[in-house]
Amino acid sequence: MNENKHSIETRALSLWYGEFQALYNVSVDIGHGLITSLIGPSGCGKTTLLRCFNRVNERYGNVKTSGEIRILGKNIYDPDVELIELRKSVGMVFQRPNPLPISVYENVVFGLRLHTPAKELTRARLDEAVEEALTDVGLWDDLKDRLKRKATDLQLEQQQKLCIARLLPLKPEIILMDEPCSALDVEATRQIEELMLELAGRYTIVIVTHNMAQARRVSHECLFMLMGELVEHSRTEDLFINPADSRTADYIEGRFG
Amino acid sequence: MFTSTKNTQRKKRQELIAKYLLMTMTLLIILPLILIIFYLIYQASPILSVDFLLKNPIRGMRDGGIWAPLLGTIYLVLISLLIATPIGVFAAVYLNEYARESWLTRVINLAVVNLAGVPSIVHALFGLGAFVLFAGIGRSILAASLTLAIMTLPVIIASTKEALAAVPVAFRQACWNVGATRWQTIREVVLPNSISGILTGVILQVSRAAGETAPIMFTGAVFYKAIQEGDLLAYGLLDQCMALSMHLFTISTQVPDVPVALPYGTAVVLLGVVLLVNALAIVLRFKIRSRKKW
Repeated sequence: MNENKHSIETRALSLWYGEFQALYNVSVDIGHGLITSLIGPSGCGKTTLLRCFNRVNERYGNVKTSGEIRILGKNIYDPDVELIELRKSVGMVFQRPNPLPISVYENVVFGLRLHTPAKELTRARLDEAVEEALTDVGLWDDLKDRLKRKATDLQLEQQQKLCIARLLPLKPEIILMDEPCSALDVEATRQIEELMLELAGRYTIVIVTHNMAQARRVSHECLFMLMGELVEHSRTEDLFINPADSRTADYIEGRFG
Repeated sequence: MFTSTKNTQRKKRQELIAKYLLMTMTLLIILPLILIIFYLIYQASPILSVDFLLKNPIRGMRDGGIWAPLLGTIYLVLISLLIATPIGVFAAVYLNEYARESWLTRVINLAVVNLAGVPSIVHALFGLGAFVLFAGIGRSILAASLTLAIMTLPVIIASTKEALAAVPVAFRQACWNVGATRWQTIREVVLPNSISGILTGVILQVSRAAGETAPIMFTGAVFYKAIQEGDLLAYGLLDQCMALSMHLFTISTQVPDVPVALPYGTAVVLLGVVLLVNALAIVLRFKIRSRKKW
């Protein structure tokens, strides 16, 4: 269904938390199968923008939006959009890994169990989904004998990979990552970044990061935001080497933020 | 250098005095409890036996056992909790998981807090008016249980809300972001991770329901009623019943020439039931603590 080369398109997107306006007229096209990073100082609206893409913002209280967000060409504010279906296609990974306090196996099939009638969920189908998802995130070899272990007992970086694996059985198109490495050490961060690069192409990945070096390492395109506005959007190399806007230049050189 | 002076010695003396004073006060809290239990058991010892539990009171309640009131209390407690628990738990789930902050939820929360502070005698009058007379249930186990349920409800709601709020938001986020509905989130993640806390809160209400006399006095408990000994189904829902708390009150104050051991024996059983149930709550709480990993 997606002939479009953009997975996410926003048009004049504005957002208010109560009286406070967090996003101003954001219009952006996020490329299909690319890793796009959102950078900017704290409070610039990057996490808010990220949370718009699966409308999970609405769970956090009094939120009002205007403008348009098209995911795979479909305006997600259309009345016929089912949030459950949207969120299946647009998964999210958080700053702190949030595996559920159940087994590794059950974590991976959690989404499948939610969305598939119990009758259609044969053991074989579940087993296959677990192997496929864990293989995709590089955990299968480590964990194949320990699938019954409690996910909350894993190392942090394994937990974070598991949280990514948990999205995959639902066949998402887009994976949103909200500072996925900020609770991890250097080695774990490297592993997650490698994983992101492997997953790119098959999935469109949008990552919010405070770490500019990380944005530079992993992303194909980069969005710089400031005070709820999109300042600049370009290929990562261009943004870091030849920023078009002086505010971007000031930020990446560390003059503020 | 670094040796003690008059000043430091004085401070050390004060330190010792403060420590032992505080310790004494702490011991004073436990002392009455231990004294009460030992005194009760000592006074009740001539009468305590299995027969005491399984025989009806006889000779105008001056002899025999406490079967009828014991079974009555069990009925009242169980039925009142069967009514109050689902209502309280579901209401708390709604308030905690669905309700948005609004004037209505603020009013409801305020009502819950205030309802918890209403004296039991007022609940008794409400029960008499609402269930016995208005609803026409009559004085019965059902009416008394409903009254007790209303009394325990606010505390069950409050403790359940606390247990739900203790489930990390991260778990809920994990659910929303794979497209779980609120109800799926509650069923799959929130309730399984708070059920022990909820149960602890409910169990602690057993002691309140078992101990109160006023709410059941007007609504379903009677001074005396003999039932089939050893028959667990001896009471019907619309029967009146005896109850331990009421029985204790009756034989201590209303009936002359009751042997001393009898009310003490009744008190020991009442206390025993409550302590047993509370111990269960403590075990449960201990189990959650050890399982929690977040």
